[in-house]
Amino acid sequence: MKTSPSRRHPPEARPGTRTGASQSKTRIADKLRAYGAHHRSVALESLRRLLRTPMQSMLTWLVVAIALALPAMLYLALAQFQNLSETWQTQPRMSVFLHLQAREEAALQLREELLRRNEIASIDYVSPDQALQEFEQFSGLGNVLDTLDNNPLPAVLVVHPTPDHSAPDQLEQLRSTLLTQTLVDDVRLDMDWVRRLHQIMIIGQRLVAAMAALLAMGVLLVVGNTIRLAIESRREEIVIVKLVGATNAFVRRPFLYTGFWYGFGGGLLAWLLLTAGVYWLAGPVAGLAELYSSGLRLQGLNWWESLTILFGSGLLGLLGAALAVGKHLHSIEPT
Amino acid sequence: MIRFDGVSKRYSNGHEALCELSFEIQSGEMVFLTGRSGAGKSTLLKLIMLMERPTEGQVFVRRKNLSRIKGNDVAHHRRKVGVVFQNHQLLFDRSVFDNVALPLQIAGFQPRELARRVRAALDKVDLLHKERQNPIALSGGEQQRVGIARAVVNKPPLLLADEPTGNLDPGLSADIMRLFKQFNDVGVTVMIASHDIALIRRMQRRVLTLADGQLIHDGVLDRENIAV
Repeated sequence: MKTSPSRRHPPEARPGTRTGASQSKTRIADKLRAYGAHHRSVALESLRRLLRTPMQSMLTWLVVAIALALPAMLYLALAQFQNLSETWQTQPRMSVFLHLQAREEAALQLREELLRRNEIASIDYVSPDQALQEFEQFSGLGNVLDTLDNNPLPAVLVVHPTPDHSAPDQLEQLRSTLLTQTLVDDVRLDMDWVRRLHQIMIIGQRLVAAMAALLAMGVLLVVGNTIRLAIESRREEIVIVKLVGATNAFVRRPFLYTGFWYGFGGGLLAWLLLTAGVYWLAGPVAGLAELYSSGLRLQGLNWWESLTILFGSGLLGLLGAALAVGKHLHSIEPT
Repeated sequence: MIRFDGVSKRYSNGHEALCELSFEIQSGEMVFLTGRSGAGKSTLLKLIMLMERPTEGQVFVRRKNLSRIKGNDVAHHRRKVGVVFQNHQLLFDRSVFDNVALPLQIAGFQPRELARRVRAALDKVDLLHKERQNPIALSGGEQQRVGIARAVVNKPPLLLADEPTGNLDPGLSADIMRLFKQFNDVGVTVMIASHDIALIRRMQRRVLTLADGQLIHDGVLDRENIAV
């Protein structure tokens, strides 16, 4: 980053003369370059140091990876479930039960009338006989029903509201309008279970968040403790570099990078565990989804989530190291 | 270069290491500090290095009042003072070259300039051919010379040495002293704590003699003063 003198000088200035400002600028640029090179070499040296004791480092990495993979796995499962429930939630429907005495013509006429309303997309008519057949099919109580004299089931209009009118309060409004119809006995909004599911999922999310927070704390402590041991084992070196003029930042730096590598390596392992797990489960899940004729496909981490895991855990490691360094380093002074 | 102004140092266990000490050392001087062990030599050097703070009085180095130097400035102060220790204080997890390079790495030198200066310093102590070795493989005298190279590599205006010949035989000790003299010849202020009176006498330089934390003699030692 050299500033050419002509740019800083009026044209009449002698070429080749450098102002004090541009000189000090190059000096600052030099310093910055040296600083960057120093950071790079410290980062690499910390990594090399970890790789020199592979077993020991791997243990820490595994602990971090397991602590991260666990909540991440639950998070993935929950996200999957949420996707699924959202596709359900966009298709609310109402079951309009008609009075038992309602004749079929009247029911079909009501259907025609209702279809004219712009908040309703379509209506399926289920006659009492159809309802009985379905019930027999799905309940397995066919023989019991045979003993009944007449069909106890009412006719049902299954109302599908348009997507624009699917908000809970709009559905509620539609429900009360439908209830005013004389033919209508009861209206069931098939939303309750979706709402319950939604609540359960919120609870699930909070549990995952709480678990993630606890395990993140665990990572912090594990890395912090490992760094504390590293500081102890390099006490002599710390004293010497302080004696020859190292600032606290200089002494701190390798340990912070070491913490970062512990976190980052753990994150990488966690990511591998998750990806392998998703790959392993994808087949059976797809098979199961097919049995339920659902489009559910197990999805792994997207690139954003992957980066979050990698650098989030790197940051956690850094933080753990910073805590350990802050607590133990200043007690090491040359005497 | 160095001025002590009524300096006392009392440790928390009640031991009074220095008592009302006052003296001045000019820039470019070569001074020996002597006295029995426990007389306060190490404490005096530690005060200059800001490893300890005086209980009373003030220490000035290069006209700067050391009591005003705090935080990161302590590190910057130490970069301008080269120190040689009796036990070398070398790091055995890296090569001779990297040991000597340490002060320059800390000061943020560019790799090329750093290598040039490290080699110059190693050349001066005649160890250039051993730069790739681990200092643990070197003899005591060689280790001490590595320590000296590290102390001077950043070209400090002040060089301190605490018993630099403590573990060496007389021949090697004389070599080390000759090195210090060479640095002094090019303008570096040198202060050496030692109880090797014979060696000191031979050097014919100013000597500060401490006893029980007090200055009992200041000047060139002649042959009658051996008793101290």
